[in-house]
Amino acid sequence: MNYFYYPGCSLTGSAREYDLATRAVLAAAGATLTEIDDWTCCGASAAAPISHLLSLSLSARNLALAEGMASDGDVLVPCSACYLNLKKAHTVLKTDADGRARINAALSAVNLTARGRGRVRHLLDVLATDLGSGGLAPLMARSLSGLSVAPYYGCQCLRPFVEFDNPERPVSMAPLIEATGADVFAWEMGARCCGAALVNTQPEAGLKRVAAILRAAKGADLIVTVCPMCQINLDAWQAKASRIAGEDLSISVLYLPQLLGLAMGLSAEALGLNLNLVILEGVREKIER
Amino acid sequence: MNQSNEPNTHPLAAIQSMVRACIQCGTCTGSCPNADEMDLTPRHMWRRVIMGHLDRIMTSRTFILCSDCYTCTLRCPRGLPLTDAMEMLKGIAFARQEKKHRHPRHFYEQFLATVRRHGRIRELEFMSRYFTTVRNPMVPLRFAPMGLKLIQKGKVELGFGHATDTPLAPLFDKVAAMDQAAPESAAEEDQA
Repeated sequence: MNYFYYPGCSLTGSAREYDLATRAVLAAAGATLTEIDDWTCCGASAAAPISHLLSLSLSARNLALAEGMASDGDVLVPCSACYLNLKKAHTVLKTDADGRARINAALSAVNLTARGRGRVRHLLDVLATDLGSGGLAPLMARSLSGLSVAPYYGCQCLRPFVEFDNPERPVSMAPLIEATGADVFAWEMGARCCGAALVNTQPEAGLKRVAAILRAAKGADLIVTVCPMCQINLDAWQAKASRIAGEDLSISVLYLPQLLGLAMGLSAEALGLNLNLVILEGVREKIER
Repeated sequence: MNQSNEPNTHPLAAIQSMVRACIQCGTCTGSCPNADEMDLTPRHMWRRVIMGHLDRIMTSRTFILCSDCYTCTLRCPRGLPLTDAMEMLKGIAFARQEKKHRHPRHFYEQFLATVRRHGRIRELEFMSRYFTTVRNPMVPLRFAPMGLKLIQKGKVELGFGHATDTPLAPLFDKVAAMDQAAPESAAEEDQA
């Protein structure tokens, strides 16, 4: 399995542990990642309101670079916001001749052309579909039994593109968590919005979203995420959300590949576990045996 | 191509055509995780858009509170691109430099300015420029504890030793020129 890897800006900064764990787990599972040379920002949620064409063109630049590289493969994206932006651009390139012409007119300014070859894939899709619990289970070196894990999917890997899971009641993480020996915590908040950038721009609204999710996860040992925005909202803002909610909402929050990597016997260092802000002592003892 | 340059095109025309089939069922409002904070519910907003109440819409914080979760878009029984419509309302408010929405506008603009200069986001440069433009000492104070936590962990790009720097000014300029020549095409693409 060969993939063009698009880390996106978060994975070189505040979500470095997601990058480390993704690379480590996919390498251990025998997948080959080729990072897209000279990739640039997808525009995040900032570009589209300013210019729809800019948002499409920033994403398409990265697809054009991937298409220009030698081997074949899908573009693999761990960040849900990057995934959505790249997928939107890819869809226009593939299905809308006028849109494709406009994007390529813009890309001519940087001497690139994008055609919309291959596919844009979210990391969770690759883990759940290409590797699957059946493919990953034999790689598990130890069992994480006794650990209760709440799968948190967030929004943009599920919606509006319905590619690999139910966008209302997603289930794709469950078999992967079970493959580690851990239990899947039953809750209804897995596909509920974390507030995204509202935590920065409208904190009173954003922190309420975070608090509601953390409260629903009470009883679980940890939450696993597949998006740097969801992760930082649930991990780094939980102290503030607790203060505002007037109750202790602290819980460990890991990236899904970190959990998988632990069960695969990869080292805490290789998985960037020292970079997570919140890993509670009780959980640390259970996972870092 | 340039119908939009005709003086009598309503600023909301593109969004009106996106939501014209709204049956006011309220599924969007019931689905929205942020509806309780909004001054106009999403359902109410679409009615205002169809009625062309630009001034009332521009003073609303409804579209600013859209967190792009796409639940309304997924559930809309008429299949309307409601999240994209909220995004376009944001765009109109930013283009009109609405005073009420200047903080999020500065946030987005400084983010993009950083991408234009370097190709990728650099948190420290982006945030310091954002703080400078908002000129409100409370805003940096709000971010300080988090910023320090992330810096301690080495999770913030401090601005030195970059492996890559890919200025995207030519791409930004080309898009700006194309947008100026045919500003309506963005909306048409959304409906495609």
